[in-house]
Amino acid sequence: MIQSSEGAVRFPVDSVPADTAPTRTYAERLAEGILAYQRCAACESAVFYPRVICPVCGSTDLAWNSSAGLGTVYSVTAVSRRDDVPYTVCLVDLDEGFRMMSTVVGVPADQVRIGQRVRGWVDTTGDEPRPVFGLEEAQ
Amino acid sequence: MTAALRGKAAVVGVAESDLGEVGSGRYPLDLAAQAAAAALAEAGLTTRDVDGLFSAVAGRLMPTLDVGEYLGIRPRYTDSTMIGGSAFVSHLHHAAIALEAGACDVALIVYGSTPRADSGRARLGGGAPELPNYESAFHPRSPVSGYALAAARHMYEFGTTAEHLAEVAVAARQWARLNPKAFVRDPLTVADVMASRVISSPLRTLDCCLVTDGGGAVVVTRADRARDLPKAPVYLLGAGEAHDHKMISQMPSLTTTCAVDSAGRAFAMAGVTPADVDVVELYDAFTINPVLFLEDMGFCAKGEGGPFVSGGRIAPGGELPVNTNGGGLSYCHPGMFGIFTIIEAVRQIRGECGERQQPDVNIAVAHGNGGQLSSQVTAVLGSPATV
Repeated sequence: MIQSSEGAVRFPVDSVPADTAPTRTYAERLAEGILAYQRCAACESAVFYPRVICPVCGSTDLAWNSSAGLGTVYSVTAVSRRDDVPYTVCLVDLDEGFRMMSTVVGVPADQVRIGQRVRGWVDTTGDEPRPVFGLEEAQ
Repeated sequence: MTAALRGKAAVVGVAESDLGEVGSGRYPLDLAAQAAAAALAEAGLTTRDVDGLFSAVAGRLMPTLDVGEYLGIRPRYTDSTMIGGSAFVSHLHHAAIALEAGACDVALIVYGSTPRADSGRARLGGGAPELPNYESAFHPRSPVSGYALAAARHMYEFGTTAEHLAEVAVAARQWARLNPKAFVRDPLTVADVMASRVISSPLRTLDCCLVTDGGGAVVVTRADRARDLPKAPVYLLGAGEAHDHKMISQMPSLTTTCAVDSAGRAFAMAGVTPADVDVVELYDAFTINPVLFLEDMGFCAKGEGGPFVSGGRIAPGGELPVNTNGGGLSYCHPGMFGIFTIIEAVRQIRGECGERQQPDVNIAVAHGNGGQLSSQVTAVLGSPATV
């Protein structure tokens, strides 16, 4: 950190993190229909949820990427609330190497199983855009 | 260095508050203080003697300030470590370190919660989020869905069945039937559990812990002082802590918890192995928990937890007594359960457990879990014969 002549605090250009507001960047991409994730330039780990530091190696050199949205169900639970149709809450392992919570829609909740291939898209019908998945063979 | 803690601190008083449904006019601090008074009385000590204070509360920022004010304790060592329901086992570890360092002489670990009484009362407001939650958009039922995801994966990888999980609930109930303080003591069968409503598959209502009021307290002091107090000291032989995620979607593997690390550290410090353990008291928020923790602590191999808990092995009369008070599934579960694992482990070692007392208990494990399988803390406690 250095002091500019005006007294404002500035960072030298070469130490500026790629993105100091990754939550906002993620939300902006999602609003455009893109499921964004980060990849660490140092250790090549896929990083999700978005961060300013790699949780694997500690590097701050994280680059944004767009996920193809293809993945495999790692685990799934069908949530049954009274007076409501059961829905799935699942963990999806994306092919790019990160895991996220989501839901598999378009089939009854009890038809979703661990190991199934899924394809995702951004659902913009709710209050906030959210990435959801459908069974690959059903599409 | 850690082995230097072995046997240096001892639990000299334990107590529950009133449990179950305590009535709408009573608050968490009332229960915490009731338990504290009873635990200190058992130890032959008073609040004046306490100079180390340990507490944790869900949703509030400064629990030791609240309880310190209420009890009139002005500690010289204070610890509000909040890592979920395992916090109190963590406090036991921290108390031993602080006592050994001379940072305090008498440590009080205390908890109270009134979720049943609270149901008619206004809620405390939540604070600003630390970060947007990457799970809430999918409406998991918290916390059960996190445990359900782990259970589903365990079934997929190892062939664990819903009946295996039901065996955990049945064993807990069989223990509860021997504990007059247990909240539910009706007979329970595997078929009963299997017939209960699925709330987040594969977990059913009877796979889930109770919601009760209740509090507890534990008094800890250095071994030299403990020998002069009324109760036979129960020594802390080993303790270990670990956490590796908060949100379930960040858990490295859904089928292996960091109880591997916490128990490994605790057993190494204590110089014992699972084969030496007489009773196991662990945090059974859901029926998958004992399956995972018994594997991860080394009582059985990874993947064999389902068969291991079946056929009455962890029930009264079984090879390994687990959750001899009836656990969070049948005895009490006031929001967080960790402190009750310590209380029951101490009482089993002292031989105070009446109908459910196990013979010749010298080494007991108290194991706490917090968050969604997020934090794990293991304590190994021993009778005077073990030090």
